[in-house]
Amino acid sequence: MLRRFRLEEPESVMEVSELLGRFGESAKVYAGGTELLLAMKEGLVQYERLINVKNVKGLNEVAPDNGTIRIGALCTHHQLETSPVVKQKLAALARLEQNVANVRVRQVGTLGGNLCFAEPHADPGILLLALGANLVAERTSSKREISAEAFFVDAYETCLEADEVLTEIRVPVPEGKSGVAYLKFGYLERPSVGVAVALRADGGGKSIQDVKIAVGCAGPAPKRVLEAEELIKNRGVDEAKANLLKAGEVAAHAAQAISDLHGSQEYKEHIVGVLLKRAFQNALSQ
Amino acid sequence: MSKAMIRPADVQMIPLSFTLNGRLQELAVEPHELLLDVVRDRLGLTGVKRSCDVEVCGACTLLVDGRPVSACTTLAFEVRGRSLMTIEGLADNGKLHPLQEAFIEHGGFQCGFCTPGMILAAKALLDENPNPTEEELKHFMHGNICRCTGYKKIIESIMAAARLMREGRA
Repeated sequence: MLRRFRLEEPESVMEVSELLGRFGESAKVYAGGTELLLAMKEGLVQYERLINVKNVKGLNEVAPDNGTIRIGALCTHHQLETSPVVKQKLAALARLEQNVANVRVRQVGTLGGNLCFAEPHADPGILLLALGANLVAERTSSKREISAEAFFVDAYETCLEADEVLTEIRVPVPEGKSGVAYLKFGYLERPSVGVAVALRADGGGKSIQDVKIAVGCAGPAPKRVLEAEELIKNRGVDEAKANLLKAGEVAAHAAQAISDLHGSQEYKEHIVGVLLKRAFQNALSQ
Repeated sequence: MSKAMIRPADVQMIPLSFTLNGRLQELAVEPHELLLDVVRDRLGLTGVKRSCDVEVCGACTLLVDGRPVSACTTLAFEVRGRSLMTIEGLADNGKLHPLQEAFIEHGGFQCGFCTPGMILAAKALLDENPNPTEEELKHFMHGNICRCTGYKKIIESIMAAARLMREGRA
């Protein structure tokens, strides 16, 4: 059962921002609703107003732009798993989207909604951290780009201001001899642990020139793990591989794993290490 | 009065016009009304089931513009201007759809509770991919849960229907 609320249906980002500014915490942006409506049905959150943003034009497009893929915040998971541009330029994201929840959730759930809801057991944020994505937030008075790292603050909490609207996700296309992998593991509907690795090797594939590592689901929010990256970056492949065990331990600690229905803290920390090793090998073999 | 309460005079009705199983349907809903409740309780179409109520089990699957959604967690106003199909609209003038025929032929159900959702999800799959591999079928259907059959017969039914439809025999 849902409690009664009023529906606002603005047609521009500025109107959305204006409504958010006017109604404050009594209103919430509603896009796909796949997560928000569940929380509302359970009575965990309650709003006087939902602001349906799906009539805002231009927020559901995918476009390549000078080495970056621009993804409108209203793009659904289904749209991204089937988008030729995403499949070609960001294959790891297409694969991730193909495995979000189930076919019905992917049909209506949006990438922007997923990021803004900031449910800890969500896949996309983790990979976006490793890909070095930026998120565009707009409001009546300003527009800014936020790194995916800075976006996630805590469980269900982002750095968006009350009247800011996430409009676009900008993902750099990996360059050179690069590999990107996102792996997850879980036994409930949502993952217990997710790990993303994006690396760039030198021309001969003998050394790792750059790497980004991110972990999530295990703790309150996705985290990039610079300390683990340092153990891999600018090293020969063999040395990098030898350091994976240590990098896994560092990443497991950084994940801030908690014990819950999805597994004990120790269990999740172990899985972080396992997935990091596999994701590295997967990325390297691409 | 608590902040979240809305006086009856403030009740917001949203007029909807949409296609229901091929026919024009008009009605007005409040914003918070769920598609599942409207279809079952107001339109009297009870093939669609409430089960898990959290978009996991697929018993409430309906097709909106041919694509599967969880009616338990879809606001009813979202079908505004769109085409909604329930299991009741699948047969063509009393002639069963090949999927329905195949489920009967291959014993694709036992208690039948998940079947409307299974068949509608399978229709969405075959409309998009008329010749799925078994792996593709399992991936697409993994969000539809059956607690009786063990899935084998369901998979056989859908593969059989796909063959029938490709051969144009149905």
